Amino acid sequence: MIINHPLLGPRDASEFSYLGDASLMHRPNPKSETAALEFYEYQYLRKNTSGEMRELWFHEQGDRSWLVVTRNISTHEITKVELARDVARSTS
Amino acid sequence: MSFIDKSQTLNFTFDGKDYQGFEGDTLASALLRADVKVVARSFKYHRPRGIMGAGSEEPNALVEIHGAGTCEPNRRATTIKLFDGLDARSQNHMGSVNFDLLALNDFIHPFLAAGFYYKTFMWPKAFWEKLYEPVIRRAAGLGKLLTTADPDSYDKGFLHCDLLIIGAGPAGLLTALNAGRSGAHVILADEDFRMGGRLLSESLEIDGGDAADWLSQTIDELESLPNVRLMPRTSIYGVYDHGIYGGLETISDRIGVSGAKQILWRIYAAQSVLASGATERPIAFANNDRPGIMLASAVRSYANRFDVTAGKNIALLTNNDDGLRTRAEHIIDTRKDQHIVDVSGRKGVKSITLNTGEKLNVDGVAMSGGWNPNVHLTCHKRGRPKWNEALSCFVPDAVNLPTDMRVIGSANGTFSTHGVFEEANKTSKELGYKTSDAPVTEDAPLNLSPFWFVNGKKRGWVDFQNDVTVKDITLAHQEGFSSVEHVKRYTTLGMATDQGKTSNVTGLAVLADTTGRTIPETGTTIFRPPYTPVPIGAFAGAHRGQHFKPTRLTPSHKYAAETGATFVETGYWKRAQWFARDGEQGWRDSVDREVTMTRSSVGICDVSTLGKIDIQGADAGKFLNKVYVNTFSTLKPGKCRYGLMLREDGIAMDDGTSARLSETHYIMTTTTAKAGPVFTHLEFCRQVLVPNMDVHLISTTDQWAQFSVAGPNARKLLQKIVDAEFDISNEAFPYMACGEITVCGGLRARLFRLSFSGELAYEISVPARYGDALIRELMQQGEKFDAIMYGTEALGVMRIEKGHAAGNELDGRTTAAHLGLGGFVSKKKDCIGKVLSQREGLANDVRMVGVMPVNRKDRLTNGAHFMTFSDAETPENDQGHMSSVAWSPSLQSYIGLGFLKDGANRKGEVIKAVDYMRNNHVEVKIVSAHFIDPDGERLRV
Repeated sequence: MIINHPLLGPRDASEFSYLGDASLMHRPNPKSETAALEFYEYQYLRKNTSGEMRELWFHEQGDRSWLVVTRNISTHEITKVELARDVARSTS
Repeated sequence: MSFIDKSQTLNFTFDGKDYQGFEGDTLASALLRADVKVVARSFKYHRPRGIMGAGSEEPNALVEIHGAGTCEPNRRATTIKLFDGLDARSQNHMGSVNFDLLALNDFIHPFLAAGFYYKTFMWPKAFWEKLYEPVIRRAAGLGKLLTTADPDSYDKGFLHCDLLIIGAGPAGLLTALNAGRSGAHVILADEDFRMGGRLLSESLEIDGGDAADWLSQTIDELESLPNVRLMPRTSIYGVYDHGIYGGLETISDRIGVSGAKQILWRIYAAQSVLASGATERPIAFANNDRPGIMLASAVRSYANRFDVTAGKNIALLTNNDDGLRTRAEHIIDTRKDQHIVDVSGRKGVKSITLNTGEKLNVDGVAMSGGWNPNVHLTCHKRGRPKWNEALSCFVPDAVNLPTDMRVIGSANGTFSTHGVFEEANKTSKELGYKTSDAPVTEDAPLNLSPFWFVNGKKRGWVDFQNDVTVKDITLAHQEGFSSVEHVKRYTTLGMATDQGKTSNVTGLAVLADTTGRTIPETGTTIFRPPYTPVPIGAFAGAHRGQHFKPTRLTPSHKYAAETGATFVETGYWKRAQWFARDGEQGWRDSVDREVTMTRSSVGICDVSTLGKIDIQGADAGKFLNKVYVNTFSTLKPGKCRYGLMLREDGIAMDDGTSARLSETHYIMTTTTAKAGPVFTHLEFCRQVLVPNMDVHLISTTDQWAQFSVAGPNARKLLQKIVDAEFDISNEAFPYMACGEITVCGGLRARLFRLSFSGELAYEISVPARYGDALIRELMQQGEKFDAIMYGTEALGVMRIEKGHAAGNELDGRTTAAHLGLGGFVSKKKDCIGKVLSQREGLANDVRMVGVMPVNRKDRLTNGAHFMTFSDAETPENDQGHMSSVAWSPSLQSYIGLGFLKDGANRKGEVIKAVDYMRNNHVEVKIVSAHFIDPDGERLRV
């Protein structure tokens, strides 16, 4: 696969390591009254749907950017690649 | 007209006998010219087999190539480019290829039909492993793999192009010409060592002249274009995501060449054109596998390309007009209700019997059952070809091709040469390339009328390589295996090394006929990579032996090697394990001495392998509060602190110390093993979880050489190298102090007063390039203190004596509380893992404890389980386990660390450490984990 890095252009997937569902970006509020449940769901529950998915990839053999890659996990088509920090800043 | 050079003779041997061939020959063409009919034995029945095809589809003629004391099995004689000195041998027989004792299997074939081993060899059960399986494995199979090391080297390469063209037949050549003339970066790859495809094998006219002339002009022009790369002998074996293609280029078939024997290419192509041609189908009739029976297209290849006649008296069996191009003495046309019902001649065709009862004496049969487009690469991304009723073959389905791939020519079911050129032009135009007038050539229709197999009592072969006959497929259906996927697995149809190139579609047709369905109703099977076999050696490339993985050497490696170190691999690192001295009887002697000398004077250990992460920014302290359970923002500049890090699930991830050099600058250390994962985790936290913090990270593990200097004389030794303006007295530089200093007259260094051993100790770091000089200086200055270097074993013993947790304790199952560090978890702030560490399931009373044998002579073993005396030794009564053990030279006893239920309240209790793995059951006493200096007085002097 080729991942089109927003700063570095198209890079071979072998330069990256994979973490998983981008839902891991949304760490619950530890002060919430239901924090225990929310953290349990955050840590262990995934939607596991077919088709388009947002995932976290780390450019480990490159510039160390964490990326949010929107990929169709049935066809491997990648439709969007963003810097995870930009996404996190815009949602925090 | 042929494509061999008879002026260049090549000598080779086959099964030890000398033969001659010519430059341009394959082993197959040279053997045919020498009239060698039997070249192999079949997989299961050991029937004599000859050459059937002329390319990578060959199912029969698998041979071994010998050389350099080893051999490569299962090579197709049809794809071996003949070279001088070739030593080829037949395989899979007992005795010789002409007299194979295992041919007995052919006479007992009724017992060996599909699925025979499921039925026949069931009882007694124990016989399977000991008797049946070894015997069957001996008898069935292909060449033997030698276990000697492969003497050849393999390389890897990466290529980028605008257009990858797969196959250099007329379709691929014209497309390459169009794209090349338009200035595109083109790669034209063909598995054959000579480009041209079917143009090499047919006697066609192009533009009124010999096709060979057009071919040589075209190749000359392509070679002259700097933007076109011709890659003969390069099999594109796989299609991967996003326009990535795998190619295997064969440089030489010889074993033991200088330089790379094969190159594995990874090709990144913006667009690709698949022009891989088609493979002719055999027809299944009784004894159709006899030597001398070939594909009609192969007969023409040998005649036109190699100037070899497959027989003097050939019968052609065809169901289409293309077959009629073959020179034959007898034509048996299935469209006129003619076919063959039997063949005689076990080691070479002698005669055939027709359905009319007529018997013909022939020495060869050419079969033409129509053509299967080579759709393999269109399936590698789950594309499914569709059935074309008019052509009676599977063609690629445009709707599910790999992205940016186009298929043209006979691979697309276009069988006339004129049609192929037209299609190449059309596709070139679609891709935006200039086109030229299509060369004028034949445009004959195939006129095929399907004819797949002859029903009869005798066996007719469908899959030649795996010995699957028409009867096996009908038997599979009778026994309930009617789905094509079941039939494949039950009969092994199409599952040999040729992946059913000549058999899959015929097998499907037989199954369709048997079940009364049409072929599309019966289904199809799709193909996986590789299209042709790829040696494991090519995938490994240069990553063999010591280059299998990188080796990281510590800055003191050279010095350690000079002074007798034994090294241990820890990840990629090689670390000194111990330093043996003359007279020491074994590693324990060395380790005991290193511990004792360190504790009595001073020892030095290279700790550069620990991960070092430089953390800077206004929010650096806040950031560390987030990733460590304890607080770092309150740490004063010039001080260090031990830190414990959790995973988000609440389990301990790693520990180490972090030093604060200034308000905005920390240096974190991690364990050697977790240096990479921790850095990845910190970047995740920084970029994703706390994106607005002002903090930056960089790994400096490789930039600093770091030595632990430990023991009562550690300060005295360091004072000899630390420059005078830096006061490192106990008062000025107390326990847990850190600072930037200079040593040896101005070399910048960092000093940390940390102790893993429990002694007065420092860690000193200098830029890595000075590491070797520093260790030599320290050891020289240390002579008067009897300073020694110690290895990882002594390091381990001392940390167990001190009760420090390490990898065995941070094993991915333990929490801060288990490690006795529950009090470290700050109640005032959140950190990664804090919420889930309070889960009910983790909140038990298991605690780390120290363990000593009641009887001092007893040896402890890690992995032993703790049991009370009153309980039965069952898993339900497990009280915990021993995680680390060592012989303590300081206490003259084995000591251990372990995890025990209610461990905080059981000091003094005597229980059992039970180890059934090593049959070592020991009475042990639970003690404090801090065996040495529990109050830490030595650290602070």
